[in-house]
Amino acid sequence: MVDVSANEVRVASASDYIALLKPRVMSLVVFTGLVGYVAAPGQGDLILGFAAILAIAIAAGASGALNMWYDSDIDAVMTRTRARPIPSGRVARDEALMLGLTLSALSVVTMQLAAGPLAAALLAFTIFFYAVVYTMWLKRWTPQNIVIGGLAGALPPAIAWAAKTGSLSFDAWLLVAIIFMWTPPHFWALSLLQKADYAAAKVPMLPVTDGAKATRMHIFVYSLLLAPLGLAPVATGLGGIVYASVAALGGALFVFLAWRVLRSQAGEGEPHEDKHARALFGFSILYLFTLFAALLVDKGLGV
Amino acid sequence: MSEPGVILSAEQVAARKRRNLWLALSIAGFVLLVFFITLAKLQAGVLDRPL
Repeated sequence: MVDVSANEVRVASASDYIALLKPRVMSLVVFTGLVGYVAAPGQGDLILGFAAILAIAIAAGASGALNMWYDSDIDAVMTRTRARPIPSGRVARDEALMLGLTLSALSVVTMQLAAGPLAAALLAFTIFFYAVVYTMWLKRWTPQNIVIGGLAGALPPAIAWAAKTGSLSFDAWLLVAIIFMWTPPHFWALSLLQKADYAAAKVPMLPVTDGAKATRMHIFVYSLLLAPLGLAPVATGLGGIVYASVAALGGALFVFLAWRVLRSQAGEGEPHEDKHARALFGFSILYLFTLFAALLVDKGLGV
Repeated sequence: MSEPGVILSAEQVAARKRRNLWLALSIAGFVLLVFFITLAKLQAGVLDRPL
């Protein structure tokens, strides 16, 4: 069979394939996974720990590639994603699919070698959950897409925990719960800013299906649940004094910014009102990052 | 040979070369990773067993 498309100029560089792996999402996943590994009890092995975190990173990249393969129709419509490698024509869809499948297999095999069956199974489940349950099913079907789908992004600390200890404890699930509760307000703040894009792409995000006002209320309610949950690791002894301070201060600020979003007209088409949603979106990333960094600091200090 | 087949431009050939290089490096990296994981695993248990 002659591939007629092969003669069209398509000069994909390595950076295009790296873009398929969603490196920015990957960095947060790697960081939370790393913290899960360090925070888990016991003496970790440097090489096996490195391999486990690398496997999580590759799996996150594979999920990103599978997501871009399946969602290239949506990505072509939305301004934020229009320049991605597939909609811009630099990488063929099949290549993204193959890259995603290959890296998925490699990551799970690596995890099995380095950390055993529990971590490998959890990793495989996470890829499946993101690529199939979230991307193929939930995203186009329900406004609860990111609430349920958020589980995939929340699992890395538990995977890393399992990689180090071979088991899962309450503390591991607590870290998962925090990211799980953090995801909806984080993404809804973004979706308020890109309501028109989601509507054009026919993605049933909450602002499209239920309106901006309901979305702002949802954001506020979730932030009220997130702030105390962020403090829970202090009660179980996982977090120390640094973590407690960061969780209390960050949680309060999160609720305050969400309250400002609630009181604003963000997502109603007034650009100057959207700044509150933008502020919350930006802060939400900082919040999760500092929260997990604080766990590292506490662990390093031994408090 | 009657048909010349697909003729790549110089730019496409260069891009293919770069992609192949990255592939080779990735595969080499994976081989090294498996090697070091094996070493770490051996140190962790196999060498400590009573002979």
